[in-house]
Amino acid sequence: MGTFSRRRLAAVALVATTALLGTTACGGDEAAEDGPITLTVDVFGQFGYDELYKEYMASHPDVKIVERGTGSNLDEYSPKLTQWLAAGKGAGDVVAIEEGLLVEYKANPQNFVNLLDHGAADLKGNFLEWKWNQGLTADGKQLIGLGTDVGGIAMCYRKDLFAKAGLPTERDEVSKLWPTWQDYIKVGEQFKAKNTGASFLDGATNTFNTILLQTAGNSTGYSYYDTSDNLVVDSNPAVKQAYDTTMDIIDSDLSGKYGSWSEEWVSAFKQSKFATIACPAWMTGVIEGNAGAAAKGKWDVADIPGDGGNWGGSFLAVPKQSKHQAEAIELAKFLTSAKGQIGAFKAKGPLPSSPQALDDPAIADSTNAYFADAPVGKIFGTGAKSLKPVYMGPKNQAVRTEVENAVRTVELGQRNPEQGWTDAVNNAKKAAAK
Amino acid sequence: MAVQLDARPPVVPAPRHARSPRGSRLTRFDTRFSPYLYIAPFFLLFAVFGIYPLVYTFWVSLHDWDLLGTNPTFIGGQNYSQLMADPDFWHSVVNTLGIFVLSTVPQLLLALWLANLLNRQLRARTGWRMAVLVPNVTSTAAVAIVFGVLFGREFGMINWMLDLVGIDAINWKSNRIASWVAISTMVDWRWTGYNALIFLAAMQAIPRDLYESASIDGASRARQFWSITVPLLKPTIIFAVIISTIGGLQLFTEPRLFHSGTNAIRGGPLRESQTVTMYMFENAFAPHYNFGYGSAVAWLLFALIAIVAAINVLVLRRLGGGGRKEGTR
Repeated sequence: MGTFSRRRLAAVALVATTALLGTTACGGDEAAEDGPITLTVDVFGQFGYDELYKEYMASHPDVKIVERGTGSNLDEYSPKLTQWLAAGKGAGDVVAIEEGLLVEYKANPQNFVNLLDHGAADLKGNFLEWKWNQGLTADGKQLIGLGTDVGGIAMCYRKDLFAKAGLPTERDEVSKLWPTWQDYIKVGEQFKAKNTGASFLDGATNTFNTILLQTAGNSTGYSYYDTSDNLVVDSNPAVKQAYDTTMDIIDSDLSGKYGSWSEEWVSAFKQSKFATIACPAWMTGVIEGNAGAAAKGKWDVADIPGDGGNWGGSFLAVPKQSKHQAEAIELAKFLTSAKGQIGAFKAKGPLPSSPQALDDPAIADSTNAYFADAPVGKIFGTGAKSLKPVYMGPKNQAVRTEVENAVRTVELGQRNPEQGWTDAVNNAKKAAAK
Repeated sequence: MAVQLDARPPVVPAPRHARSPRGSRLTRFDTRFSPYLYIAPFFLLFAVFGIYPLVYTFWVSLHDWDLLGTNPTFIGGQNYSQLMADPDFWHSVVNTLGIFVLSTVPQLLLALWLANLLNRQLRARTGWRMAVLVPNVTSTAAVAIVFGVLFGREFGMINWMLDLVGIDAINWKSNRIASWVAISTMVDWRWTGYNALIFLAAMQAIPRDLYESASIDGASRARQFWSITVPLLKPTIIFAVIISTIGGLQLFTEPRLFHSGTNAIRGGPLRESQTVTMYMFENAFAPHYNFGYGSAVAWLLFALIAIVAAINVLVLRRLGGGGRKEGTR
């Protein structure tokens, strides 16, 4: 009996220690790897890097590249990245950061490697000046990210639906239809009168953001925040002007009311439920992905109403938590080089932020087979070097969310335009204070 | 084994043989302490994964804590006072309670009814019993995405069917009550069968002779159900209600995935179906990254669940009071 109890006691002790060990073991580091190191690249949407990875791995046999997040939208991607950064673990070795979110990450630069310490200063000439500056912290001492693309804006349209409505289908003639947004609305009304079974545009929020960035770029140079980071939603005329123009579009009942990036929005692409969509360069890849092979050749690209504009564009950064910083920096430099940007453009359409790449015949003379061989290099690239960037303040994303939601409530008939504007201003202030 | 031995007082004292004092001390130590050692692993894990996060969340909630920031500042109860005056928070509380009531009440009634049916003599009984559990096996995310498509405004099947009977399309995602109904449907589809099986198990523990004597007394089936089955199921019903309360008030995946696209975490343009957990997420993570405020929401949610669970128990006790007498008569 005595030995039996002792054995049992030993068993109990063993169970208890195993449990203890089990809970502490996860703290240990992974075993050192032999062979090639793995670099993880975190992206959202379509960056078009697949071929570039293959090329890089061929010339660097010691590196294996894994991409995560392809096709995810920014709303899924950015909280994850922030959590990884906050937790000090989990982020990729190279991470993509969209310009609207960059401001928040720049406020906490300690999470990222200072690329200036790794010879990035020499690369300044490879980027449009404002793109380079966007990647710098306010004091100019740390470079967080190297630019990938810029978001020159055009208007993508469905040729078959335009033909059905008796409108011209050639891109030059279509561009001539809408020198201004009011002209765009007039064309929309003609389109609507023909009852093609499709709406004129997908939804009001993306169009609103396009008009805002265009208007702001051409006037104040900032949108929701001024350059001293004061919230100016209610005093910046560019915001109100964009809002009013969007209200005119909603008033004329031109919108299909598909919430951007929602399942319905994707379905509407597949079922040809709208004829036009505001189209930053990176959107061409999204359209191709959503509308699918069946719509190849039916889409085309015309000029945006109004004058130019820039929406979006991203950066590649290396988090401090990366275990292979040197290798990750090398990869980021390669992907953001003129050559890398040309490769990405050819694959998925993001417009280069490198002036050398923009001048390269590979871009300037490029056409996009999906968009009826539209000379996308010329359409997007011509204005790219004269793009006027819009300054974004610290809580840009939260404020933008509130204002776009207000637009959405009007679009869905839950609010009238006046109520919507009051909501936009009040909720934006509340979000900025949070 | 030791636990069971301890739990029952020995009927006959065990014959005691002469033994070395060391051995008996060990035996005493064994019988007294080893039960605690056996259950210790659970409590160790609970401390690490339960209590520690709980306390840490409270600590965070007392700070102005930017998720990425380096220096959180202590602000005491400021997050809580701000939260008490935050209409969006209370809006999400009403949404949560609304969805909870809309889903739990029909769900438990339906489960009770299903269990009663399954308790009868049926052909292929086991098959039926397994079948009601099938929805519970599917992943929540898959359920939510499929229902999100079914309830689509323009391409959804529900609106298509409504159209067939001449009812105008309902905008399920931006109408408050409609979105509650849609989300409740999802929850019920998944959990009714699970609760039915729990009720069924409890029903089978009710002695058959109670029903036999009741039928000899001429009680109808319905009368037997309400006067025997339901009162004797009371402890099980309380269990099911509390589990549903905890799950219902923490509802996240269904309403979150019901919406898709830009800032789905709001649960609709006017926060039509944003639950408390979604509001917590919106504040702690994108787009606000205000970790302290989000933690305060988490703690108030904890308080809310405790309050609602307590009310549930009180109400059920009151309701069950008369029934128990009848059951034991």
